[in-house]
Amino acid sequence: MTTALFEVGQRVRIADRTPPAHHRVPGYAKGQVGFIERVCGLHGDPEKFIRGDGKPPRRIYRVRIPQAELWQAYSGATGDQLEIEIFEHWLELAE
Amino acid sequence: MTGHDHDHSRTFQPDHAEPHSDGARVGLALRELLIEAGHYTPEEEQAVIAAMQHASPQDGGRIAARAWSDPDYKARLLANGAAAIRELGYEIEPYEFTVMENDASTHNVIVCTLCSCYPRSLLGMSPAWYKSASYRARVVREPRAVLAEFGVELGDDVNVRVHDSTAELRYMVLPQRPDNTEGWSEEKLADLVTRDALIGTQRILPTD
Repeated sequence: MTTALFEVGQRVRIADRTPPAHHRVPGYAKGQVGFIERVCGLHGDPEKFIRGDGKPPRRIYRVRIPQAELWQAYSGATGDQLEIEIFEHWLELAE
Repeated sequence: MTGHDHDHSRTFQPDHAEPHSDGARVGLALRELLIEAGHYTPEEEQAVIAAMQHASPQDGGRIAARAWSDPDYKARLLANGAAAIRELGYEIEPYEFTVMENDASTHNVIVCTLCSCYPRSLLGMSPAWYKSASYRARVVREPRAVLAEFGVELGDDVNVRVHDSTAELRYMVLPQRPDNTEGWSEEKLADLVTRDALIGTQRILPTD
């Protein structure tokens, strides 16, 4: 097991890019900043399955983003949140 | 499968007499190629379909009832869902399984915006609305409006937490145990739990 780059509670930014391959980051989450909610396991890299076997595997994190930061004019409660699974190579530490 | 007499044709039960879209034709051709290339056998395919059809939200209900009845089990379930679910004898796919607990100040709801990921191996086939473009697009952006359409009215003292199941984890909501169920058997408690409550589009479980 490789060591996890990020830990619970760290503030991270999700990359805003669109590789020419199947990837598992929906458009609304690209470029967004959130907190690591949970460090998960290593899984096959979806971008490496189209030609290959998904290796090397990548670690998944659950990232928690306040809904009010995600959507303009969000109408729900200020405590509403969204949590999403993001592979490690899509994350960087945010200021 | 006209004019095609390989063995695996006989195990295939089409939903329609003829493929009705280009996508369906491509899907059928791909299936044939995968079987002919030896990636899996028709029998293995049948076994997977049978297992999925055997799974049902009742299994989720039993897991919730155990968690309500046994605080130690609940702690294990919330910490490592897959291990705790296998503890009860369920065979689930090798995904990480994450159980999200509702409480007085939190309501969880599950979606897969990218496709329609769903814990089929535990809860069986997903409802049609879960796969609809409308649910997938709207529940992340306006969860309270979507939940209200399902009859879930939430005050501002309850935070909504939407879980987008975009990769390799699978989710189940642990609903709140209904009031006035002290002393109920796990079997009786399990019967209260609905599929929608396990997805998060229902919050209150009626007891009558």
